[in-house]
Amino acid sequence: MPSDASAALAPGRAPASAARSSSLRRFARRRSTVAFLMTLPLIAVIGGLVAWPASYAIYLATLNRRMTAFIGLENFDILLENETFRGVIWQSCFFAITAVLLKALIGFWLAHMLHHIPSKGQRKWRGMLLVPWVIPPALSTLGWWWMFEPSYSSINWLLNAFGGPSIPWLGEPWWARISVIIVNVWYGAPFFMIMYLAALKSVPDQLYEAAAIDGATGWQGLVHVTLPMMRNIISITVLFSLIVTFANYDIVRVLTNGGPRDLTHVFASYAFQVGVLSGNIPRGAAVSLFMFPLLAVVAFFVLRGVNRRQKEMA
Amino acid sequence: MAQVTLRRIVKEYEGGVQAVKGIDLDIADHEFVVLVGPSGCGKSTTLRMIAGLEEISAGDIAIGGALVNDIPPRDRDIAMVFQNYALYPHMTVYDNMAFGLMLRKFPKAEIDRRVKEAARILDIGMLLDRKPKALSGGQRQRVAMGRAIVRDPKVFLFAEPLSNLDAKLRVQMRTEIKKVHQTVKTTTIYVTHDQVEAMTLADRVVVMNHGVIEQVGPPQELYHNPATKFVAGFIGSPAMNFIPCRLEQSGSALQVQLPGGAALPVPQDRTARYQAHLGRELLFGIRPEHLTEVRPNDHRENMAVLEAVPEVVEPMGMETLAHFWIEGAEICARLDPATPAAPGRKLPLAADMAKMHLIDPKTNKVL
Amino acid sequence: MSATAARPSDVLPGLGRKIGSLRRERRWALVTAYISLIIAAIFMLGPPLYMLLTSLKTSAEIADLSRSPWSISEITFSNYAQILGDPMFRGFFYNSIIVTVLVVAITMVISVLAAFALARMRFFGSQVLATGVFLTYLVPDTLLFIPLYQIVGGLGLLNSIWGLVLVYPTLTVPFCTWIMIGYFASIPKELDEAALIDGANWMQMLTKIFIPVALPGIIAATIFAFTVSWAAFVYPTAFITQPDSMPLTIGVVSQLIRGDTFAWGQLMAGALLAALPPVIVYAFLMDYYIAGLTAGATKG
Repeated sequence: MPSDASAALAPGRAPASAARSSSLRRFARRRSTVAFLMTLPLIAVIGGLVAWPASYAIYLATLNRRMTAFIGLENFDILLENETFRGVIWQSCFFAITAVLLKALIGFWLAHMLHHIPSKGQRKWRGMLLVPWVIPPALSTLGWWWMFEPSYSSINWLLNAFGGPSIPWLGEPWWARISVIIVNVWYGAPFFMIMYLAALKSVPDQLYEAAAIDGATGWQGLVHVTLPMMRNIISITVLFSLIVTFANYDIVRVLTNGGPRDLTHVFASYAFQVGVLSGNIPRGAAVSLFMFPLLAVVAFFVLRGVNRRQKEMA
Repeated sequence: MAQVTLRRIVKEYEGGVQAVKGIDLDIADHEFVVLVGPSGCGKSTTLRMIAGLEEISAGDIAIGGALVNDIPPRDRDIAMVFQNYALYPHMTVYDNMAFGLMLRKFPKAEIDRRVKEAARILDIGMLLDRKPKALSGGQRQRVAMGRAIVRDPKVFLFAEPLSNLDAKLRVQMRTEIKKVHQTVKTTTIYVTHDQVEAMTLADRVVVMNHGVIEQVGPPQELYHNPATKFVAGFIGSPAMNFIPCRLEQSGSALQVQLPGGAALPVPQDRTARYQAHLGRELLFGIRPEHLTEVRPNDHRENMAVLEAVPEVVEPMGMETLAHFWIEGAEICARLDPATPAAPGRKLPLAADMAKMHLIDPKTNKVL
Repeated sequence: MSATAARPSDVLPGLGRKIGSLRRERRWALVTAYISLIIAAIFMLGPPLYMLLTSLKTSAEIADLSRSPWSISEITFSNYAQILGDPMFRGFFYNSIIVTVLVVAITMVISVLAAFALARMRFFGSQVLATGVFLTYLVPDTLLFIPLYQIVGGLGLLNSIWGLVLVYPTLTVPFCTWIMIGYFASIPKELDEAALIDGANWMQMLTKIFIPVALPGIIAATIFAFTVSWAAFVYPTAFITQPDSMPLTIGVVSQLIRGDTFAWGQLMAGALLAALPPVIVYAFLMDYYIAGLTAGATKG
């Protein structure tokens, strides 16, 4: 100890003496080791069950049907030449974009309406409107399926009661596409509503009061105060929902199972049909990998939005 | 036996920024030492290094004679009171105070005895079952102190504990802290940016600036004999006035020549002290309380009269502050409230030259 | 005297009209809000209510096309009795409970440990890992189920609930870790310093300070893990083909629909019973549920 002390007392020494830095490093290393051990299970899950399968999927997609030979990009070639698969690409994009836009608009509208009623009632309404998000979608879609059922459709009964025609919800391709979108919007709009409501509540009232005194109408307040303040949450929610909707499986599986004539298949349900049901694992892996480029682009923007938001809040 | 010794303590952050630039400090057993300085002066970093919350880059820290450089906080036998109290929100007041003892596996009866004793000292016996959320700021402050007291540590560390309280409560808690220290007599290191707190609490004040110690001493000494311009300006409120001046010969004595023509005679007993600086451009320092109105039949020794035209007059009740400018230097004088001072009206002021200071503007040292 | 009798609007007619129009504007806004909410509530609650209605009808009434499907003449619980009497359905329920309880426990242990380390103990690569957690959260299960099918198959865990227990954490761990990082990061740093000085080691700091203080976050994350593993559909659909090992979601969807004549009443009763646990959790812990939902965006 004394020698250590006198060494430190010696004038003109560099701030970090060799003896000290070794003991400090030991201390830092111990903390790092504890931290590393604590994150080890997480790393195992991310590495073993996400990163590894993702790269394994790329490998699988380059094999032939019986997984005995390397065939390069042939699976992708075959898929791109396939009429049905080109339809799947189109339907996936159409489904995801339409559904997300509708969810975002309805969610925003409802959040805005909720925000405007007296706060006493807000809890009750919010509680009711979030119910679709709470029920496992595979199960609630069963209810929709039953409501769309050709001969017993309760929706058609209502339409008929108001003098409208019966609609072949799941029998005709375009109506089937619309049905899938309706169910997805029903399930997802409440989520948007909750996110936007939380964002609305985080805008300080003084800002609206200042805007009102500056002469802003309600609409101008929305455009110049609300939307800029919510921009980040809106974009994060939309981008995130785009991923989830694009990769959706349960609703299509239960409602149409890809039909009629494979026209409502999205990537996930088609990958399932090709990979698991028809037993062509490599081809199925190739189908699901088509989701990857879009996911990467969206993930990039989400991450940028999150970072920006963190900076704003710091 | 719990003196604290700092030897050439350095804190260097990544990128080479030095927050603390090699300070030495000896704190005696039972002493109450206050580290004071503006924000960023390194006082909090120093305290945190003593606590072990911050690693030291170089130097040695000893508590009670034992080197603690690489000892974790829990084994340094210290207790700390934080600015935001850092009470555990999910525990009752009792459990907050008992937590440290519990972790050290004290017997239940001993914990109970100590908590009750601390609660008695701090007068928080009736709060023991409450959660921190249900307490006022002052009460939280007491609990935070209680948590330190029950541990009966070698050293108390206070990190700006009163900054979150309102002005009235701050004065009250200040007295409280002093009382507690007089009762338990534990060596105390207290960090604050408020020089009034430092003056009122400390046995010795350590003034820090830019990572170095400017001066160490009892409050009165810092007030009367500041070592540097920084200490002279930092201690005392309103702050000391600094006026550029030249030191000149006037017969057998010296005089301070101010810009604008006024010349103030330097007391005879300082002639020898200042002689070497004759003819130099210096800073003349005088506190507002030593710059007062000229009273009728006032024949104080070493008094010099200065003509001034106040631009701003602030009545404070027990006194009136008058502000005027000499060549860009703002000067403040403390007047008796009965003085008929008004902006723009000529006012003769009496400077008590026995309390004057001269500062070398090159070294910023008080001569 | 006329001045005192005059109403404000007589004295300042313009002002009176302005106040009136402001009030009218407010009322219209409120009426619009309530009309929108009522329409939304009908749309949102219609399907589950219709499911409930169907489940309470007899098969004969369901099949009777001459009656309104939205009315009910006689309430019966026979559908519920039948579905609950079905050992296969009870098996689904049992499987769901086992898988969910295990997955929630595994998830919380992994997430809380990792979030604590990532939020408080800076170490080499911790920043990269935190970003990695978020990116993993963005990878959908439908991108991974085919390679995982191969991997789970290779481990011999197809048609076993253990296969599900193995892969479900990919659905829950990233998000739970992410929101726990947020909750832990919001705990003031002085609190751990106080604990450090009080003599706590890392583990005591976690169990005695962080977990109790961040309890709302723990509850929110637990609810999230519970609802996600209860509702998981892609993995069990891919990995389980034998009814014995099916959890509720795929069990109800694949096994209760057989042949051309569907027992609609029983199917709806089964779906509602299967949806009941998350709905109950939601009903009692709504605030935590919503906090967890919004935590991802507001904290991240």
